[in-house]
Amino acid sequence: MSEHEYVPTSKAGKWFNDRLPLLSLGAHLSDYPTPKNLNYWWTFGGILTFCLITQIVTGIVLAMHYVAHADLAFESVEKIMRDVNYGWLIRYIHSNGASMFFLAVYIHIFRSLFFGSFKSPRELIWIIGMLIYILMMAAAFMGYVLPWGQMSFWGATVITNLFSAIPLVGESVVTWLWGGYSVDNPTLTRFFSLHYLIPFLILGLVVLHIWALHIPGNNNPIGIDIKKPSKDTVPFHPYITVKDIFALLMFMIIFAGFVFFSPNVLGHADNYIPANPLVTPAHIVPEWYLLPFYAILRSVPDKLGGVILMFGALFVLIILPWLDTSKVRSATFRPMYRQFFWIFVVDVLALGYLGAMPAEGVYLFLARISTAYYFLHFIVVLPALGFLEKTDPLPASISEPVLTGGFSAVPTRSDKTIDEKKIT
Amino acid sequence: MKLLVTILIATFFFGKAYSSSKDLLKIDWSFAGPTGKFERDSLQRGYQVYKEVCASCHSMQYLSYRNLSQKGGPEFTLEEVKAIAASYEVEDGPNSDGDMFERPARPSDHFINPYPNVNAAIASNGGAYPPDMSVLVKARPGGANYIYSVLMGYEEKPTDFDLDVGVYYNKYMDGNKIKMPSPLSDDLIEYTDGTNATQAQMAKDVTAFLTWAAEPHLEARHRTGTKVIIYLIILATLVYFSMKKIWSRVDAEK
Repeated sequence: MSEHEYVPTSKAGKWFNDRLPLLSLGAHLSDYPTPKNLNYWWTFGGILTFCLITQIVTGIVLAMHYVAHADLAFESVEKIMRDVNYGWLIRYIHSNGASMFFLAVYIHIFRSLFFGSFKSPRELIWIIGMLIYILMMAAAFMGYVLPWGQMSFWGATVITNLFSAIPLVGESVVTWLWGGYSVDNPTLTRFFSLHYLIPFLILGLVVLHIWALHIPGNNNPIGIDIKKPSKDTVPFHPYITVKDIFALLMFMIIFAGFVFFSPNVLGHADNYIPANPLVTPAHIVPEWYLLPFYAILRSVPDKLGGVILMFGALFVLIILPWLDTSKVRSATFRPMYRQFFWIFVVDVLALGYLGAMPAEGVYLFLARISTAYYFLHFIVVLPALGFLEKTDPLPASISEPVLTGGFSAVPTRSDKTIDEKKIT
Repeated sequence: MKLLVTILIATFFFGKAYSSSKDLLKIDWSFAGPTGKFERDSLQRGYQVYKEVCASCHSMQYLSYRNLSQKGGPEFTLEEVKAIAASYEVEDGPNSDGDMFERPARPSDHFINPYPNVNAAIASNGGAYPPDMSVLVKARPGGANYIYSVLMGYEEKPTDFDLDVGVYYNKYMDGNKIKMPSPLSDDLIEYTDGTNATQAQMAKDVTAFLTWAAEPHLEARHRTGTKVIIYLIILATLVYFSMKKIWSRVDAEK
């Protein structure tokens, strides 16, 4: 890689770079050799960075006007919507931005699942990504509490009550979380504090996520190891930047569609009713992006069991790199996994739908089936496929996707030598 | 393209999961759609309905009289708003002697509440709180159509339907029971602009007014949104061709 030899042309630049090699870092990011066959599913990393920055910037402005107090929070949000200059725009960007953030992160995660980006040597990128995802859910949940509407209050009550399922200390833990004996002002103020903190933790993890990515480099749609730099790669700038910007603009058009033309469609009407501890809404529903986990939680009749299963659903994601035993990364060359991948997508969408429905009758039955399948996918299907599946032969390089025969080999490091021969 | 389809499906999927719509009455609202605007006359009439009918029970605590002259709203003139405000008395103070006193309201004052507090409102309405109307349209699934439907949905109760005294039958209310008696009837008020005050006309006007009250910057939002989308499309087109040009160097190697 060329960044090691990077020398700034100007004297001042050289002086600075010798003391703090930021310019070398810039050169590295610019030259970073990227597989040339990345498709649009790979643009969501950049889109997610945009989402995070958007949430932070709009959030900081909102925090200037928002009042974290049980008696004033709802009113202060209405003040933002009515009296703050472009307050409506900033708040709608922030509230819809959360949904857009999750939309993008789900696409990003499913892309990784399809193309096997979580596999060796990229396990840490995946795990850091999952930590980001968990923090995102925490931040989004606490953010939804801040307007102190009915869904805020009752959502907070339901979710914090989950911790009461912990044996022996559950009740004390919940009291500690609430800062009292029910969800009230102390709960709101600490949620606000944490809601402001978490995005910066996410930002830190994003730096680690990208750092870890830049060690092995990007995976790619065929999932084979490639030599970098080579005919198979392009420098990040301008090739990937221009593509990322184009995809980001497409994403922004959809984002703007929500913000300007149906800003409340992704939220719940009940959250425009001020929080009332004496009136429980007919259905307490979390935001759409949490629904699959909510469905898993409710599919178990026992509270502790539900909580364990819900956290288990996240845990199997974290250990995924060791559950999927297949050495082949991309589903393109895995005829059986490809089928199971799409079944899994449908399963998660079904869980999302069922999470929004009342937990009774046929909905509950289907939620239980879907929950069972969710775990079956990770614990049985993925480990077994590695042994049972006959994968298609892999190409030797991106530049030569047409098979030259004989290479049905798995993409291990020994492939690099093959690649080198082909390229040189 | 695949991406767009996915997003559309996802939106439809989750949108559907949320809407629990009974078949509400549907009006072709002027403010619906990406270029929707309010009709000034309708908003002004709607305010008259609110003032003369709703306001005796329903507060609108997040609105101030000045909002009535704000751009994108009913757009009463400043003089008219001053006169409207001055017709209400508000408590102010304490003055230099430490006493509270009454004075005519100013445009900067909030809409006065019909009741001193929530409990008083509940007590005066047979145990049901008449909800604050500031964001009511956004607080009900179905929005404007729902409000309109409830206003038009009073019917004779089916013979086998049990109703307590002081509870009314409404086709669109949850459980079909509502504590509010039908608030609107033909010629209940006399519109200052001479429009025929039918029940449907008043329901439509007051719903439009409440929609504006819940979303006072709706017109600015639609206007800005149109510009933003056009800007993004133009920019995306330029970036698309730049991308094609830049990538042609790579594609040529194949």
